[in-house]
Amino acid sequence: MSLNIKHLLGLQDVSKNDIQLILDTATTFREVLDRPIKKVPTLKGTTIVNLFYENSTRTRLSFELAEKRLSADTLNFSTSNSSAKKGETFKDTVRNIEAMKIDMIVVRHESAGVPLYLTKISKASIINAGDGRHEHPTQALLDMYSIKERLGKLQGLKVCIVGDISHSRVALSNIFGLKTMGAKVSLCAPPTMLPKNIEQFGVKIYHDINKAVAENDVLNVLRIQLERDAGTTIPSLREYHNYFGVTAEVIEKKIIKIF
Amino acid sequence: MKIILNKVKLINPDQNLDETNDVLIENGIIKKIGNITKDDFEKAEVFEFDGKICVPGLFDMHVHFCEPGREDTETVITGSNAAANGGFTGVACMPNTNPTIDSAEVVNFIKKKAEKHLVDVHPIGAVSKDRKGEHLAPIAELVTAGAVAFSDDGVAVKTASLLRNALEYLKMYDLPIIEHCEDVSMAGGAMNEGSVSTLLGLPAIPTVAEDLTVIRDIAVADYVGGSIHIAHISSKKAVQAVREAKAKGIKVTSEVTPHHFLLTDESLDSYDSNYKMNPPLRTEEDVQAMIEGLKDGTIDCIASDHAPHSIEEKEAEFIYAPNGILGLETQLGLALSELVHKNHLTINQLVEKLSINPRKILNLPIPQIKVGEIANLTIIDPDEVWTVDIKKFYSKSKNSPFDKRLLTGKSVAVINKSKMFMDGTFKEI
Ligand SMILES: [Zn+2]
Repeated sequence: MSLNIKHLLGLQDVSKNDIQLILDTATTFREVLDRPIKKVPTLKGTTIVNLFYENSTRTRLSFELAEKRLSADTLNFSTSNSSAKKGETFKDTVRNIEAMKIDMIVVRHESAGVPLYLTKISKASIINAGDGRHEHPTQALLDMYSIKERLGKLQGLKVCIVGDISHSRVALSNIFGLKTMGAKVSLCAPPTMLPKNIEQFGVKIYHDINKAVAENDVLNVLRIQLERDAGTTIPSLREYHNYFGVTAEVIEKKIIKIF
Repeated sequence: MKIILNKVKLINPDQNLDETNDVLIENGIIKKIGNITKDDFEKAEVFEFDGKICVPGLFDMHVHFCEPGREDTETVITGSNAAANGGFTGVACMPNTNPTIDSAEVVNFIKKKAEKHLVDVHPIGAVSKDRKGEHLAPIAELVTAGAVAFSDDGVAVKTASLLRNALEYLKMYDLPIIEHCEDVSMAGGAMNEGSVSTLLGLPAIPTVAEDLTVIRDIAVADYVGGSIHIAHISSKKAVQAVREAKAKGIKVTSEVTPHHFLLTDESLDSYDSNYKMNPPLRTEEDVQAMIEGLKDGTIDCIASDHAPHSIEEKEAEFIYAPNGILGLETQLGLALSELVHKNHLTINQLVEKLSINPRKILNLPIPQIKVGEIANLTIIDPDEVWTVDIKKFYSKSKNSPFDKRLLTGKSVAVINKSKMFMDGTFKEI
């Protein structure tokens, strides 16, 4: 079996078979990590460029490590947006990289749509490592992998995504991916953290964290960006924590109910 | 020199003129309408315009010519060439140049550049110094130099109090303030806020940002008794607000661009920055409201918001790409195809929106198709089918989402200031 997609731009249009294949393949690679030599030749001879226009050391290192363990040759191109905006254009940068005969580009960018644009100007396979607040499919695949690893399935599970959905890039990917795999997806956040017409994706909305915990099998808790949110989308971190925080107390209520 | 426009349909709603006749023009002046002698025919260059329509020269009251400051994207001359090629004999150009049109020097500079061109170029002065919304620009000085209206286009006049004072001051001249309506606290997004922006993950501007400023401006204009013109209206509720204000007798007028009566935010699914503009493309409901507004007269005119940008700038990542698209060379074709041929407007109504009303709003004389008048005319073939080709644009820039689009109807020739543009060439007549 092989993948139907050439690029991984988002999970919006990825089929159930493809997601299943990715998760199953990940399971076999997971075992590699238990070996003394944590390296397999799967991507030997493949050149991958990690094109990071946003500071995200953690994401970049994760990709780099995965690429190296699969024996790919990797190149890192990281730049802050300000320096990229000056000087050579994004298109010039990609053309220069393209000239190096590469097979794959992993891209992280502040602007939604950049991975799609790359497919039009490059022959390489494009992996979206996060574009604006659009999609972050690999993170969502990892989230789904973790859920499956713990609970053994995705089909029929009730998953609630908690936090700043508006500014999140993993929320959409999780919604699309989980729904494709047969899970029921809901969101829990104050209305200021929900993007316009998010209900169009058939997700239930909670504003009560206790209710969200009680009615779901899994919580996927997003990070709150303090600098940005406090005072504008939420009154304070304290208030957010009190009303939407997934605290030990909130979880305990659920555990007590189960037993 | 004499020319004859033979068997052309003359339409000017301002004169209740609608007849087919022959027109003799000598040295740029209309000498005869009908009764043309054999001798005239022998001595004149004769243009067979059977089936074509001759109207008062079209006028676009919202263009950006980028000079001074960004001559790499457009100049007064290249912009005027684009206007002539699109069927326009007059334009009003916005003041967001560098330096801003906030002094007589810049007005004179632009007028000087356009002096010998067929197209009349009327500068619009800034409301505030450097369009910063802090101090009034020298309005009297600008009017004396020839500014035909005032605007901080790109943004709305920053505060209600400055807007109020500008409107009060302008009562001396009976000229309007043209407003780019957008509440600044809700601005900054890259597209319209709605289902599509959520799906595409792009930061977005809600329609209420436009509605709020339209409502503010109407309230201030009502209070002061001044004239407000709403530029590039795009939201359904804004159109309704203008409709209600007009019914109350408040002096408010409005314009719509072809892209706002034609395209929706669904076009953005390819993240093509040629669909990025401000105000952004809205929803189908808004598009229908634009057409309704054009039909019932709430929207007085069609203007292009012709905004040239270089390919390099437009090819930037979507959120960094500048707002705006070209419009002068596609506007007439789009309006004929989408409004006239789809029976939303009659050709007479279209002439009002593309020629008569913009001049009325700016207090400019309306060209008359009459013996003794200066020939300021556009000759239109309403049925010619053609394909937009950005490579053939006279504009210095190429940023149009309408490349390769099939249109029905285009300008055949324009005449003004003893000059004629036809088949790609300007000549003295
Ligand atoms: Zn504007």
